[in-house]
Amino acid sequence: MAEIVSLAEAIAATIHDGDAVAMEGFTHLIPHAAGHEVIRQRRRDLTLVRMTPDIIYDQLIGAGCARKLVFSWAGNPGVGSLHRFRDAVEHSWPVPIELEEHSHAGMANRYQAGASGLPFAILRGYRGTSLTTQTTGVADIVCPFTGETLTAVAALRPDVTVIHAQRADRLGNVQYWGITGVQKEAVLAAARSVVTVEEVVDSLEPRPGAVVLPSWAIGYVALAPGGAHPSYALGYSVRDNEFYVAWDAISRDRLRFESWLDEHVYRTAGEPR
Amino acid sequence: MTYSADEMMTVTAARSLRDRMTCFVGIGLPSEAANLARATHAPNLVLIYESGTIGAKPGALPLSIGDGILAETADAVVSVPEIFNYWLQPGRIDVGFLGAAQIDKFGNINTTLIGDDYARPRVRLPGAGGAPEIAAACREVIVVVRQTRRTFVKRVDFVTSVGFGDGPGARQRLGLTGAGPRKVITDLGVLEADPRSAELVLTGVYRGISLLDVGDRTGWDIRVSDELTEIPPPSATELTALRALLATMPASMRTSAATSPQVLAPTSAPISRPASTPATEGAAR
Repeated sequence: MAEIVSLAEAIAATIHDGDAVAMEGFTHLIPHAAGHEVIRQRRRDLTLVRMTPDIIYDQLIGAGCARKLVFSWAGNPGVGSLHRFRDAVEHSWPVPIELEEHSHAGMANRYQAGASGLPFAILRGYRGTSLTTQTTGVADIVCPFTGETLTAVAALRPDVTVIHAQRADRLGNVQYWGITGVQKEAVLAAARSVVTVEEVVDSLEPRPGAVVLPSWAIGYVALAPGGAHPSYALGYSVRDNEFYVAWDAISRDRLRFESWLDEHVYRTAGEPR
Repeated sequence: MTYSADEMMTVTAARSLRDRMTCFVGIGLPSEAANLARATHAPNLVLIYESGTIGAKPGALPLSIGDGILAETADAVVSVPEIFNYWLQPGRIDVGFLGAAQIDKFGNINTTLIGDDYARPRVRLPGAGGAPEIAAACREVIVVVRQTRRTFVKRVDFVTSVGFGDGPGARQRLGLTGAGPRKVITDLGVLEADPRSAELVLTGVYRGISLLDVGDRTGWDIRVSDELTEIPPPSATELTALRALLATMPASMRTSAATSPQVLAPTSAPISRPASTPATEGAAR
């Protein structure tokens, strides 16, 4: 059964230096408040896993929490570059970062293999691309039935997965809807998990298209209203597109980034901004 | 009405979509073009975004592939593994719309990095996203990209998404099921893949664009089709619809058509054809 605790307690209990941590949410329901808590707790040498690193990992990378990034698209959606990510790759600032780079289809299948308890997944993909020569966890595999050559990708099994959801009940059952991304697979692939939620309710009313993760499949639930910002929680908030645009200038300059981090992360106690 | 080169490009891309097609859409120019088509001649175009939104009908242009408006207006919202495995991979989707940081004459696309050392790139770009599998599995691919010597290169620094590989037969050898990048739409005109050589050939230019312009902004000796046409300028209906669509986005978020500085005069000089051998290397330096 999931324990309902504070966000600080959930992060302290699950994420340790050197862990492989997946924070998922495909544009929608990105667990930003949890990311800030990891920065505040000054975790180091993390392997950060995420299909679209986005602003959340730009912040963690710039804060020096990451040793390695496993990803498939590292941009600021609709805006341009992730400058802290680029600075780490191009200039090793604040620390060098190792890359394990895939396609979206590959990452989604890697999570699915992890959730399924399989060592790898199979897809049609990667063939003829330079990705196969530059990354690990990709290999050709011959179909035993047809003889066709396909691509195998290694399972992802993060130590910890963190997601954000609309709500949980008092037993820790979690419900989320809208763009549901790859969160179910990421939670089930991980050894430990944390779910931050907009609200805790007495009982979960059924919603069209909603995913329910039963309490016993989750480690910790923590209340974090507004905890997806500048991403959003459908039905609770809208995506703060202006912030995504503003992040370009904030993150472009190391000093400006650090003062933003100081004001909005280090000097807050986790209240949503 | 005067119009910009980017507006011409977006309108041309929109025209390449037919009603009732299914279209896998990336953000930026492809999304603008697909939504323009839906607002004009293709009201039943099925827009599919990699966030899992199938049949999205946004009234305003989204900034990201996962804006709430896409989920709220979609026929179905599915998970990310499902959109790639069940919908894209088996070849159910008619057309994939892609952008590029670099593209070569066989339509191979780089969106990963600029430079020759993977570990120490000159410029690190976002990477693959959904593009490699869109390029592999959509029934056909349309690339929308501004044409410059930095973008249209002899050799891409990294093959993120495979076009026609190293030439004829490569897609079959690699087991790529879709037909590949049949069409590349730029701010100068349209390139189409030659069915025999698999090479991108200039088949259309916009009014006011000369073959010299095209040659100047292509990093390889570009071939020009015998049947080179001038692409009709945007109609008033198309321009009005495009500008109305762009106006749904706050000015700070517009990245393309509306903010492009280059304006095409709609009645400037006609296409100049090369004096000889119009089918080959007409415009190259």
